[in-house]
Amino acid sequence: MNEIIDSSDTFTSGTVPIPGQGGDEIAAYLARPLAAEPRGGVVVLHHMPGYDEAHKEITRKFAAHGYLAIMPNLHFRDAPGADPDDAAAANRANGGVPDARLVGDVEAAAAYLRGMPNSNGKVGVIGYCSGGRQAFLAACTVDLDAAVDCYGAFVTAHSPDGFPIAVPPIVGLAPELRCPLLGLFGADDKFPAPGETAELSAVLTELGKEFEFHTYEGAGHAFFSTNRPAYRPEAAVSGWARVFDFFGRHLNTP
Amino acid sequence: MCTYHTEFADLEGSAKGKDGWFSVTRAAVYVDHPYHAQLEHSVNIDFTAPELGPAARVAVELTEESARALVAAIEAALAAAPPGLAASPTRAPATP
Repeated sequence: MNEIIDSSDTFTSGTVPIPGQGGDEIAAYLARPLAAEPRGGVVVLHHMPGYDEAHKEITRKFAAHGYLAIMPNLHFRDAPGADPDDAAAANRANGGVPDARLVGDVEAAAAYLRGMPNSNGKVGVIGYCSGGRQAFLAACTVDLDAAVDCYGAFVTAHSPDGFPIAVPPIVGLAPELRCPLLGLFGADDKFPAPGETAELSAVLTELGKEFEFHTYEGAGHAFFSTNRPAYRPEAAVSGWARVFDFFGRHLNTP
Repeated sequence: MCTYHTEFADLEGSAKGKDGWFSVTRAAVYVDHPYHAQLEHSVNIDFTAPELGPAARVAVELTEESARALVAAIEAALAAAPPGLAASPTRAPATP
């Protein structure tokens, strides 16, 4: 046996059933390192266009970095077994993901990770776009150890162009924020615009919450999305480094 | 951004999806992120038949200019045909 070759980064990934909010069985994408050493876990919240390949890739990225990672299919109930784009359309036609259902699904996903034999009991959440708002929601309502909001809009109630907002603001939950929060935003994003994230920052500072926000110049909404024209490599590479530094500090400590 | 806003229209007609033709009963129209088009935002139209399941769907993702051109083309096509020619046979004819 060659002792120089280290296989401790081996992981397996695939779809598993988990009990979601209300005991509903939903599908989730699990990426699970095989090494026995205890480690932290990450719940990944996909964007509104769905439980897609890009976010499965993100889930695997966390496993490749040594985390237990799971992405619940937030649209499963709307279209069990359907293609992710069809499920996203069905979910939209049904009025979107209810906040209460999201909270229950994150609780279930976090419990699933904590129940794994190589879990250290710590679980964080990360969400993109609509999932960014949901990550903040989860951080205020679920027992989590760290949360990352990637360009989630409508945490506060801003609508600078006057168009109607179809989701309720959740900034009022900020006093309940239970864990450190990392926010990653684009300076060119209009939703959330820098003014909205600055307002949230002021609220969290006033409350004495542990958080750090970073706003990247030259980047807009969805700058992490490698398969979209919005992808901005410099912001994404730096953003990923911040994510792993943040989760490393909050999820991988004994 | 995600707008979270959707407009609906009841439809009567047919559409051809990945499993062939089906009777379409509803359209969902929204401006939001596309699934496939290489645009940050698009005008998305889902022609669906919810009673047939989520896969009964024909989806299009258009730029704003394309969507307006499509609306104009539909209006122009209707204007170029005798009024009522494509009207629903199950509904009362329009009053002249």
